[in-house]
Amino acid sequence: MREVAIIGVGLTKFGELWDKSFRQLITEAGTKAILDAGIKGSEIDALYVGSMSPGRFVGQEHVGALVADSSGLSVMHIPATRIESACASGGMALRHAYIAVAAGIHDIVIVGGVEKMTDVVGSEATNILAMAADQEWEAFFGVTFPALYAMIARRHMYEYGTTREQLAMVAVKNHENALLNPNAQFHRKITVEDVINSPPVATPLNLLDCSPISDGAAALVLCPLEKAKEYTDKIVKIIGSGQATDSLALHGREDICTFMSTVKASREAYKQAGIQPKDVDVAEVHDCFTIAEILAIEDLGFVKKGEGGKAVEEGLTARDGEIPVNPSGGLKAKGHPVGATGVAQVAEIVLQLRGEAGKRQIPDARIGLAHNIGGSGASCTVHILEAV
Amino acid sequence: MGGEAVSRFWREIPQRYNLIGTKCKVCNRIYFPQREVCPFCRRKSIGKMEEVKLSGRGKVITYTIIHVPPRKFEGQVPYAVAVVELEEGVRVTSQIVDCDLDKIKIGMEVEATFRRIQDDGWTGAIYYGYKFRPVEKHEDKK
Repeated sequence: MREVAIIGVGLTKFGELWDKSFRQLITEAGTKAILDAGIKGSEIDALYVGSMSPGRFVGQEHVGALVADSSGLSVMHIPATRIESACASGGMALRHAYIAVAAGIHDIVIVGGVEKMTDVVGSEATNILAMAADQEWEAFFGVTFPALYAMIARRHMYEYGTTREQLAMVAVKNHENALLNPNAQFHRKITVEDVINSPPVATPLNLLDCSPISDGAAALVLCPLEKAKEYTDKIVKIIGSGQATDSLALHGREDICTFMSTVKASREAYKQAGIQPKDVDVAEVHDCFTIAEILAIEDLGFVKKGEGGKAVEEGLTARDGEIPVNPSGGLKAKGHPVGATGVAQVAEIVLQLRGEAGKRQIPDARIGLAHNIGGSGASCTVHILEAV
Repeated sequence: MGGEAVSRFWREIPQRYNLIGTKCKVCNRIYFPQREVCPFCRRKSIGKMEEVKLSGRGKVITYTIIHVPPRKFEGQVPYAVAVVELEEGVRVTSQIVDCDLDKIKIGMEVEATFRRIQDDGWTGAIYYGYKFRPVEKHEDKK
């Protein structure tokens, strides 16, 4: 297996981008990544793109070909593959591009992630996102996506004494981090009281516990490590990659407060990387809801099960804490264009490891982790990166 | 959902109306919704999955009150949904009805009740299935 490097990243702004279409967003991110890598478009061997539901959000399927076409690559007839894994579509696209490069099937591969969510009204977006849940046995009965995470939160509070305030502190921290991220959807400082007093969505989760509906795209350029030096000196390599599943429905699990997909994917990635959770200098985790970040830091092994709320309260995950989590602002405040998220998380880690994260730079970050979840934990990818 | 052929809902009627699950005759584990293959016995279970009716009685594992609903449930807010563990050990998700929403608690005993779940509008099909109600309140009524 070959070692794989990430030599280019590209990000669009995240937000309600009414003037930008699906194809404009992904083309912008892809172009930026190509320029950042210093490669020529003609050197690209293959394209992978993660997108959750373009069929419902913009009425367009077959987006592998669409993205190759709109980015000018279809004249070379390169293989283009769209990957879907709900909100983990981006991380999953990277995973499969990584496998292709590591295996020696392709050399230079571009990975994209994109979602255009504001071409439908909010209630329709709620319906579409609920398609990541079990349609016949959860959504049929009126269950929404926030409701599933709300039920996790309720059980976590019951079993471990996690407080309403601790949940809110995740959102407060991530909004504060997003103030330093020019691409973030929200540049608005919030307080614990703001979160607790925001309108209820699915109790105990309120509006400010939820990541927003967003448009946006992200892209990465991958190549074999031995070729990376031909293009750039800012090399970041992938030292661990893990992927796992769990039951599609939340009720299919014995322990509602643990995402076994995160546990399995992260252990696989740690093992490959030869590191322990404590070796991670910076992490981007899947905080689609405040409770999700608490679950993530527990299941990734940063803290013990049940102690996630306390860890947030004590500042362990703050930018100046022991393990800074979501310096980009996370899904909560940077925005969550679902298919783009997993790729954008890795882009943030690359910037952090290169020392190019601007005002939100974590000093001396050498090893970074990106954790991407699909559905209520039914799919997970974990990638561990290291500055070379 | 919308624009679907009714067969999609019709084929689930035994499960949604009568809580018919499956039991693996090799290991005796019970599943709901029904499974074609037991995840533990796998090939040994092929042809040995038998239908079994669940009691419908169980307890609340966790719950939430939904204030922002999917479109078809807009007329019902606020409403409660829960993960319920049935006596047979299987867990299902549905609504909790016939009680004050603030009385719902983890551990509360509930039983299944046959209810209208959603519909396709004035001219479309109506879809039925199970919801849950507290056991005590039901017994009080007798």
